[in-house]
Parts: sequence; structure tokens; C-alpha cells
Amino acid sequence: MSDTNALEYWKSNIRIVLSLLGVWFFISFGCGILLVDTLDEIRIGGFKLGFWIAQQGAIFVFVILVYVYIYLMDKLDDAYNLNRDEVKTAEPGEEAQ
Amino acid sequence: MSVQIWTFIFVFLTFGLYIGIAVWSRAGSTSDFYVAGGGVPPLANGMATAADWMSAASFISMAGLISFLGRDGTFYLMGWTGGYVLLALLLAPYLRKFGKFTVPDFIGDRYYSRTARLIAVFCAISVSFVYVCGQMQGAGIVFSRFLEVDITTGVIIGMAIVFFYAVLGGMKGITYTQVAQYCVLIFAFMVPAIFISILMTGIPIPQIGFGAELTEAYGGGYLLDRLDGMSQELGFAVYTEGQRSTQDVFFITAALMFGTAGLPHVIIRFFTVPNVRDARRSAGFALIFIAILYTTAPAVAAFARTNLINTVNNAEYTAMPEWFSKWETTNLISFNDKNGDGRIQYVGDPETNELEVNRDIMVLANPEIANLPNWVVALVAAGALAAALSTAAGLLLVISTSVAHDLMKRSFMPDISEKRELLYARMAIFIAVLVAGYVGINPPAYVAQVVAYAFGLAAASFFPAIVLGIFQKSMNKQGAVAGMIAGFLFTAGYIIYFKSLNPAMDNSQGWLLGISPEGIGTFGTLINLAVAWLVASFTPEPPEDVQAIVEEIRLPGEAIKH
Repeated sequence: MSDTNALEYWKSNIRIVLSLLGVWFFISFGCGILLVDTLDEIRIGGFKLGFWIAQQGAIFVFVILVYVYIYLMDKLDDAYNLNRDEVKTAEPGEEAQ
Repeated sequence: MSVQIWTFIFVFLTFGLYIGIAVWSRAGSTSDFYVAGGGVPPLANGMATAADWMSAASFISMAGLISFLGRDGTFYLMGWTGGYVLLALLLAPYLRKFGKFTVPDFIGDRYYSRTARLIAVFCAISVSFVYVCGQMQGAGIVFSRFLEVDITTGVIIGMAIVFFYAVLGGMKGITYTQVAQYCVLIFAFMVPAIFISILMTGIPIPQIGFGAELTEAYGGGYLLDRLDGMSQELGFAVYTEGQRSTQDVFFITAALMFGTAGLPHVIIRFFTVPNVRDARRSAGFALIFIAILYTTAPAVAAFARTNLINTVNNAEYTAMPEWFSKWETTNLISFNDKNGDGRIQYVGDPETNELEVNRDIMVLANPEIANLPNWVVALVAAGALAAALSTAAGLLLVISTSVAHDLMKRSFMPDISEKRELLYARMAIFIAVLVAGYVGINPPAYVAQVVAYAFGLAAASFFPAIVLGIFQKSMNKQGAVAGMIAGFLFTAGYIIYFKSLNPAMDNSQGWLLGISPEGIGTFGTLINLAVAWLVASFTPEPPEDVQAIVEEIRLPGEAIKH
């Protein structure tokens, strides 16, 4: 891979990471801690919204974020033809000894 | 059948399983021993990471802590899961690409410096060691309560099992035992939670039951409203409202997140998968497997708290069920009839409160409090042991690789043969097991507390050094070393000052900016970053070949040949 390609790949990578971390910060520190009392005004069933995000909702969002990351990075790798043939280097017999 | 017989059956079966796996997955080379030959499939690694991560503290103590902290307990929930987002996005893929055995390996090579490597070894060993002592203690409590053997015997049994599969199989043995342990622990955590959720709300999914209405038998109304009402009536804090200051919760959550991402025993799990793609995938699996327990825990906390108050408050002491007296003998619950009326007054006011409840009881005794069948009660014991032993094994491996690989092979005895290195690694585990066992049997009072501080220390030392090593090519050894030392000393100093030197000042007025020692690791992280940048700005750039390594790890593909 040429140097300019590598640089572009890295820049796209950084963009993906930064935007996902933005969501990560907003949902956990923003909604779960800083805005929790305001969000508690809203009720959904037996939950106050802020309390729910802090104790459960944020965790669901974390899982989604990691999967979005996996999806976006796979797409990026494919666009730059990285990583495809490498899967074969794993030796499946190894771990079963 | 009695609880004890069920417990014996479960513990015997699960331990047999662990030993069987250990024999099947013996390690033949240092690569097997340190990183399971780098051939662990992502799904298996996800489970192993989850078991590695969820310790006695997650299984036994966390739900109980949240029970008593209410909304403030949030920092454990978000902190210990949000760190995985950082791990998945900022560390795991790059460290896998780097393709070595340990965290000090990365620090030492990236910062081309033996000093950096030795500091990393020191941090890895101290963080892991504090952590492992807590696991041994957890195993001891479970043995003594459920099998009614004394704590010493309990710890020795636990040590023997861990020793057997860790020494024999190294990372390979540990990985596949952890897969089994994950299954045992998640089953043991979920079954009672589902039972209780059905009992109290009629809904079999605890995550939903948490926000549902109670059944007629429990008086109806939303569970959380009911809990808020009861708490207020008895003078406790309102369950769904926070007591701690916002900035303290913010800092503690951040410290736990950065710490999670900087814990060596979690990071090295990502060295065991075949390639970068699999490293990303296994971080995803790990977070799902962890989230199952972590989203159930707050529900368990609310169920347990409601149940406890319902059962004990204003009840006749002599009419207490069997579990009450059993737990009294372990001193985890104690009743002092201050007003002499023979009834238990469980209230918020310390003057008139007559019941002291240890937080660990909330998970361990929860099935008994809810009157679940004996086999469910026994299952919890097997689950707690799986949680404690799996984490202990992962930590012991970090200690052993740090000694045999980083200290001997890479720092002081570069010429030793692979066979020799493997022997030293096994000896190091042996010694670490003995020391951890000793501390488990004779726990210093502060161990349980110190475990929480291990996160702050990991956050302030490793996390910034690794992230800078990947994302800032111009970061040099002087900057990284100065940053790690400054972060570690500041954090350790702050904790020691408030916990040992001047405990009288340990309150929100005495703290710096209202940040408790639990949250100071975040500040340490910032200091580490600031010092690293400052020092790096007036010292020479790293050499060409190091900059080339950084370029390399940013691209997925074949691991680097060093």
C-alpha cells in the first residue's frame, strides 16, 4: 500500500473513531451523568428516562457502538483491500491440540 | 436435597470440568503459554474476556453495592462497560497488529527503552496483584458460607485448582477454562434473576421487570416507585436519585472506564486472536457477554433491596427465616435490638437502625430471601467461584509473563532458551499463587478497597501511554516515561494521603475539587497526558524505525516481524 493511501486510510479510521466516541461521550457522560436530572422529568413506563439511561440504556448503546465500529472498519478495510487473505494465516488446528 | 449437597454437586462438577479442560489444553511453547498460540476464535475469546473481566466483585458485590447506592451505583455500570468501547476503538486492533505477548512488550518496544519497559512491568505487577488478592478473598467467602468449610481450606482448594490449570496450560488452559467459567457464571447469575423477576413482576426478562409493575402479592405499583416510596418512609435516600456530586460521579465513571481499558489482564486477551479483524470482533462479543450481566445487575439490585426491606422491616426477630441466622454466623448480617421490642427496625437513621447488612449478601442470599428452590441457591455458589477463579487465573498469568518474559527474557537475561523461559513462567505462577493465597487467608483490611484503586492506577499509568503510542507518532520515550511516572505517583499519592495518612480529611470538603480517591485516576490520566506532551515537545523525536512501527500498527494485515 502506498504512503498516501495509508494516510487516507488512517484519516478515515480517525474520523470513524472520533464520531463514535462522540456518541459514547454524549450518551454516558452527557445523558447518564450531566443531564440525568433533566431527563428524569420524562417517564417511560416505570422508568425515569435519565435513571434508565444511566443504569441500562448506556450499556445497550455501548454494544451498538462497537458493532457499528466493526461494520464501518470492515467496509473501510475492504475499500483499501486490506485484511482479506489474512484470515487464512490462522491455523485452525492449533487451538485443538 | 439440601442446599449444601446441591452446592457440593455443582462445585464438584464444575471443578472437574475445569481440570478436564486444563489437561486437554496443555501448553507446549512460550507462545501457547503467553497468548494461546494466537489461535483463539473470536467468539471463544469474547467469552474468555468476559469471564476474565467479571470478577468476584462483579458477581458478588456489584449488584449489592448498587442496592445500597441507588442511582449513584451507576458509575460501576457505565464505568465497567464503557471502558470496552475505548478498548475496542482505541487499543485492541492496534495492539493485536503489533503482535507481541504483553503490555510491557508494547511499551518497551514502542518507547525503545528498558526504563519504560521496567516501569510498565512494575505497574502491571502491582495492579494485577492488588486485584488478585480480592479474588482469593471472594472464593474464601463462598467456600465458608456454602460448603461450611473454614476460609483457609476454601482458599487452599481455590488455589490448588487455579494453580493446576494455569501452570499446566498457561494462557491456552486459562482461555478454554474461562470459556467454561463464563457459561457457568452467567447461568448462575441469570437463573435466580429470572426467577425473582417472574415472582415479583410476572415478567421473565429482568431488564424489563426492572421497570414493570409489581404483582398483587407484592402490593402492585411500579417497582421503582415502590422502592423510592419505601426508602423515603424509612429515612433512606430515594433510590432513583443521586447523592454524590455530579463532578464526583463524572470523575469516578471516567476513572473506571480508562482503568478498564488499561488493565493488562484484559488487554492481553486480544493478543490471543488470529488477526486484527478478529480482535475487533472479539471485543464486540466480549461486550455483549458482559452486558448481559451488567444490564441484569441493576434489576437484581432493585429486586433484592425491595425484598430485603419487605422481609425484615418491623418483623419479629424470632420469626426470621433460616437464611437469616445462617448469614448471621458469617457476620455479614447483624441485628442489635436497640429498643428491646424483639422486632427488627431497619431504617436510615443510624441511631435507631438495628440491622447491619453487608452488601455482598444481596447477591449471595438473594435467592434464599426470595425463597427460590435449593438448587438455585447452590448455583450461585458455583457461579461466584467461577467468577473469582477465572479472573484470578488471568491476573496470575499477567504476573507470570511480566516476570518471565518482560523482566527476565526481555530485560535482564536475553539469552535464555524458550524452555527455560517457560520454566520460569511456571515458577512465577507458582509463587504468585502462594502469595495470593496467603493474602486471601490473611486479608489486610484494605484489600477490598484497594481493588477499586487498581483502576485509578491503571488509568493514570497505562492507558495514556498506550493510546499516545498508537495515535501520536511523535511521542517519545522521555515523554511517555515522565507521563507514566507523574500519573502513577500523583494517583497513588492522592489515594494513600486520604486513605492512610490523613483519613480525617477524606470527605467532599477535603478532596481536591470534590473528587474522591475513587475518581482521582481521571485526574491522573490528564496529568499523564499533559506531562507527556510537555516533555516530548522539547526532547528529540523517536527514531525512524520506531516511527515505522507506528505506521505499521495503524494498518491491519500480517503481524509485524520484529
